[in-house]
Amino acid sequence: MSSSPSESKIQAGEPIIRIQGLNKWYGQFHVLKEIDLEVAKGERIVICGPSGSGKSTLIRCINRLESHQEGSIVVDGIELTEDTKHINDVRREVGMVFQHFNLFPHLTVLENCTLAPIWVRKTAKREAEEVAMRFLERVKIPEQANKYPGQLSGGQQQRVAIARSLCMNPRVMLFDEPTSALDPEMIAEVLDVMVGLADEGMTMLCVTHEMGFARKVADRVIFMDGGEIIEQNAPEEFFNQPKNERTKLFLSQILQH
Amino acid sequence: MTMDTFVPKPSRKPPMSTVGPLAWVRANLFNSTTSALTTLLFFYLLWLYIPPFIDWAFLSANWTGTDRSVCEANPAGACWTFINVRLEQILFGLYFGANPDEVWRPIVGFLLFFSLLIPLLIEGMPHKKWIALAMLTVFPVVFYALIHGEWIGQPIANTSQWGGFLLTFVLAFVGILLALPLGILLALGRRSEMPVIRTMCVLYIEFWRGTPLITILFMASVMLPLFFPAGMEFDKVVRAMIGITMFQSAYTAEAIRGGLSAIPKGQYEAAAALGLGYWRRTVFIILPQALKISIPGIVNTFIALFKDTSLVSIIGLLDLLNMAQSAARSIEWKGYDIEGYLFTGLIFWMFCYGMSRYSQVIERKLDTNRRDN
Ligand SMILES: Nc1ncnc2c1ncn2[C@@H]1O[C@H](COP(=O)(O)OP(=O)(O)O)[C@@H](O)[C@H]1O
Ligand SMILES: [Mg+2]
Repeated sequence: MSSSPSESKIQAGEPIIRIQGLNKWYGQFHVLKEIDLEVAKGERIVICGPSGSGKSTLIRCINRLESHQEGSIVVDGIELTEDTKHINDVRREVGMVFQHFNLFPHLTVLENCTLAPIWVRKTAKREAEEVAMRFLERVKIPEQANKYPGQLSGGQQQRVAIARSLCMNPRVMLFDEPTSALDPEMIAEVLDVMVGLADEGMTMLCVTHEMGFARKVADRVIFMDGGEIIEQNAPEEFFNQPKNERTKLFLSQILQH
Repeated sequence: MTMDTFVPKPSRKPPMSTVGPLAWVRANLFNSTTSALTTLLFFYLLWLYIPPFIDWAFLSANWTGTDRSVCEANPAGACWTFINVRLEQILFGLYFGANPDEVWRPIVGFLLFFSLLIPLLIEGMPHKKWIALAMLTVFPVVFYALIHGEWIGQPIANTSQWGGFLLTFVLAFVGILLALPLGILLALGRRSEMPVIRTMCVLYIEFWRGTPLITILFMASVMLPLFFPAGMEFDKVVRAMIGITMFQSAYTAEAIRGGLSAIPKGQYEAAAALGLGYWRRTVFIILPQALKISIPGIVNTFIALFKDTSLVSIIGLLDLLNMAQSAARSIEWKGYDIEGYLFTGLIFWMFCYGMSRYSQVIERKLDTNRRDN
């Protein structure tokens, strides 16, 4: 692992993400309601819930791809406000993987991975490339380094996207349905990478409906509906004894098949 | 237990009757009565008009001589003698037309231009970035030095004496060169989240797009001097350049805006999520993709500008077209307008067609890239 240029600003035992009384509206539409959430360092959280329940919006608030109107979000000791400096400070510590990969199509795989370390972290180009190659090896596609994203399969692109985030040496990784745009035969290769990452102790928030993954790696599963956190629990309890009616209904719907 | 094995069928060639030139002719030119009649009519018209034109323009044409007597002796052919004798004037303007000893200056200037341009058009040419940089920075200075003459210790050709293709080229080149960065900033500004910047850019773009170039040139020549202290002499060519740049930047901005809006939101988000600030996102992620997409649109505005430069006649400048016209109205060559127009038409066409071909090649390249994705 390359060394992180800045030391974490939080004390031991303090949560790395602290969300308190978060409310967000899109125009008149109240999309997030009174969200309270603390994430400890190294914790793995899976967020699930029906489509439109606000899962994406919630994790996009954590790196301020979306702004919120009420409540506070503190990431790694930095409170997210309008202040662009704080926003960029948070973003460099928080990696994000999108449903549709969002690789930069005009850059090679290697350039995708080195751009931010070079221009945001000010890493030397040689070093950034070495680090990038190391992460590409970890996601098992070092041989694709000089190809363009368009020449890769969906599963390979998503693994590049994960490597690209890891190159920034983030403290937290956010995943927004990373496997739901993939053909079935490619889901496993991406989940494998994510399991590996979890095993290494990365703090992860992952929106996904891959319940096998949730059982295997999650410390906590959060169920959202209508912009609220309805229920949260360790995976065993969550899947076996859901407390809320809506959770039960949702689980029966997705586990039916 | 036995398993079925999958044996793929071999690929075959398509049936003979659908390939080859004869099949093409049948399928495309004579596939119905209407199509057959149209084809025949088209070839009939060609046969009717093309041979006499070829005869007039080439076979019977007058090429040599130094005055109109040659052409008057053979009125059945075109009088290229006129173009031949007045070539320097039509291409480089009155000064170089009157000073044949100085004609090497524009010739060297244009040779330099083409020697930089051609490598830029060749695919896979190394050091393209540096050549492009030279074209945008060193070339304009050297070109000006050559044409004007003062910096290189040659007789001075004032901008007021620049004309013909030289003037067309200078106006178009400067217009394109300055309009590109301005257009990029305007296009970015038009999508800015800051209302003041956005409004200013919208007003600017819509004002210049809503005003005809001929009006702008007229205003530049009549009104611009009013903003500057009395007695300050303002170069006519510079005035035209300012007007053209303002006008052109609005169109370039709109072409680039099209490219910007084609970039998916996910690209902005992925760049932002990595901690890249606005300018780095724009320079490294958004603009390279947006400009590539906008090239055909930008080139189209270039072609329009190149042809529109002829409008500078309104402020008394003689570009290629107007120079040829004025030469054809001189006492020595009165009556040979057609030759003049054909010649200028050919030059305009060559450049515009070249640009349009280039944009088509780029477009096709972009298309295949997209298909690879
Ligand atoms: N930019 C937006 N403007 C208005 N409404 C939005 C916007 N983005 C999302 N929404 C709405 O907010 C709700 C929550 O969206 P989202 O967080 O994407 O849900 P999920 O990820 O759980 O499917 C949905 O009803 C969606 O239609
Ligand atoms: Mg979502």
